[in-house]
Amino acid sequence: MAEVTATNTGAPRTTGVHHDAGEPRHSVPGHPGAGPNPAPKGAGVDLSALKADFPLLERNVHGRRVVYLDSASSSQRPQCVLDAMDAYYRTTHANVHRGVYAMAEEADRLFEEARVAVGRFVGATDPAHEVVFTKNATESVNLVAATWGRANLHPGDAVLLTDMEHHANIVPWLMLAEERDLELRWMGVDDGYRLDLSELDRLVDGVKLVACTTMSNVLGTVTPFARIAEAAHRAGAVVLADGAQSVPHLPTDVGALGCDFLAFSAHKMLGPTGIGVLWGRRELLEAMPPFLGGGGMIRDVRHDGFTANVLPWKFEAGTPPIAEAVGLGAAVSYLEKVGLDAVHAHEVELTAYAQRVLAERFGDDLHIFGPAGTEDRGGVLSLAYRDVHPHDLAQVLDQAGVCVRAGHHCAKPLMRHLGVNATARASLYLYNDRSDVDALADALAEAGSLFG
Amino acid sequence: MSGLEDLYREIILDHYRSPRNRGELDSPPARRVEGFNPLCGDEVVVYVQVEEGTVRDIRFAGQGCSISQSSASLMSSAVKGKSVAEVRDLIRTFKAMMSVHEARLGDGDSARAANGSAPDDGDAVPVDPDALGELAALQGVVKFPVRIKCATLSWNTLAQGLDEAEEGAAPVS
Repeated sequence: MAEVTATNTGAPRTTGVHHDAGEPRHSVPGHPGAGPNPAPKGAGVDLSALKADFPLLERNVHGRRVVYLDSASSSQRPQCVLDAMDAYYRTTHANVHRGVYAMAEEADRLFEEARVAVGRFVGATDPAHEVVFTKNATESVNLVAATWGRANLHPGDAVLLTDMEHHANIVPWLMLAEERDLELRWMGVDDGYRLDLSELDRLVDGVKLVACTTMSNVLGTVTPFARIAEAAHRAGAVVLADGAQSVPHLPTDVGALGCDFLAFSAHKMLGPTGIGVLWGRRELLEAMPPFLGGGGMIRDVRHDGFTANVLPWKFEAGTPPIAEAVGLGAAVSYLEKVGLDAVHAHEVELTAYAQRVLAERFGDDLHIFGPAGTEDRGGVLSLAYRDVHPHDLAQVLDQAGVCVRAGHHCAKPLMRHLGVNATARASLYLYNDRSDVDALADALAEAGSLFG
Repeated sequence: MSGLEDLYREIILDHYRSPRNRGELDSPPARRVEGFNPLCGDEVVVYVQVEEGTVRDIRFAGQGCSISQSSASLMSSAVKGKSVAEVRDLIRTFKAMMSVHEARLGDGDSARAANGSAPDDGDAVPVDPDALGELAALQGVVKFPVRIKCATLSWNTLAQGLDEAEEGAAPVS
């Protein structure tokens, strides 16, 4: 694994002055699974007690305990994140960047503290300037396409994508390719559900941009991003990482990844919806034109033009998601207290357990679209069960309280490669435990008897 | 699991496992119409052959969930040999059975149904279960609003095919 964080120094941050938000009830230090073998039972990192921090997971669905296995789509939030946002609205809210009164200054400070905390979380060396708040990871990619892309990509220029990308890291480039007459190249996926690097040097030759996911939202595959970035940089290309799937689950260091841009969303990492992050290398961000126009992103406005604000506000037009930033800051604080190494180790153990249990109970009736084993793999399990349509499977699972996603997962080029219209996807996070996997297996068995 | 029993009735599972009229027809003379449900990636291709105002033959192809596939199969059995007018009545009745919930989902078709601007999609049609026969087995779908589009996919596609067939037949050629 290329991503090794060395940046989580100092005391974990809390969201501010209001209260002692979010001490996880159990904070277990751990080490990442170093190899393909899962930690033996009892020796792995057990985070299952963390489930109690997540109030939503106490609810019932159809009279059954909810079993939430859709975190690759959106995670749930711990109480401390809810408390931080609630406390912000109850005690502090004012618009940022404008007020001179005490409360506005407090809001400003909380907002900027969250920015720095999020930047440090991914290893940013200059988080106060390099972290731009957006609406979500999708908007982060669109920002790069609309600003860096329009300024730097010209007819005939080539962009390299991969067959593993989410639509969020495809469609912005398709749109720009249409506008600018760009050449799009695609790195394929091999039979082991990994990126086919055999043509890497040829594919990066002459490209201006490589935009690649760090982890597939369908297969769970952790991509060899650092290797791809190195080849891309040798070829003179700029490199964008879609970190939406890996940042919540793996220690992340933008320096070790070797990316120039990193996009991710708060709502997949225990934070609120409505806020995402674009990290970018400062010199690139400095040179880029602004994205959306409006208040906050300007230094001066005249009849005949405007002067853009400095980083990072140049890219943040209008009132930003302030409470959401506070919530994201609390989520980052929570994740740091648990430790991303521990989160990853927990998911490795649980993924191995799921692979074993599903294989034992269903054998060849069940196929997992994703790498065998747990090496360079996250806890995303895309399932095909006999010939039961994923939509039917998800419906039966729902009746058992088991929440999985059925469909193309916003990755249609990958689905075409896999030769299926849809899969049923179960995805794991730090609050899941073996009982959730058991509930999934039980519900699959029920589906089997119904559609037998 | 009582809700599921409403959804996956035996007739539905039977048509899913052993679909009727699955296949293709030569086009022309048959009309070939494609329908898609982007929600789940389901796709259906309906081949409908209209002669002298009657649905002489119908086939369907494509892939999808048990609801979309069984609905297409049940539909094909129900409409074959009926007059176009009778089939349009049936489409209206079937969609009325689904319409309360579908109107809330707000796609183009259901928006038209809600507005009442398209005569085929009138929403005031009383549902007569006897008129639906085996199709009434699909009424459990309305308890699962996201699945309604699965059930109506082939019907909307057939309606489009009938429209095209009539447009194509109108000019003397």
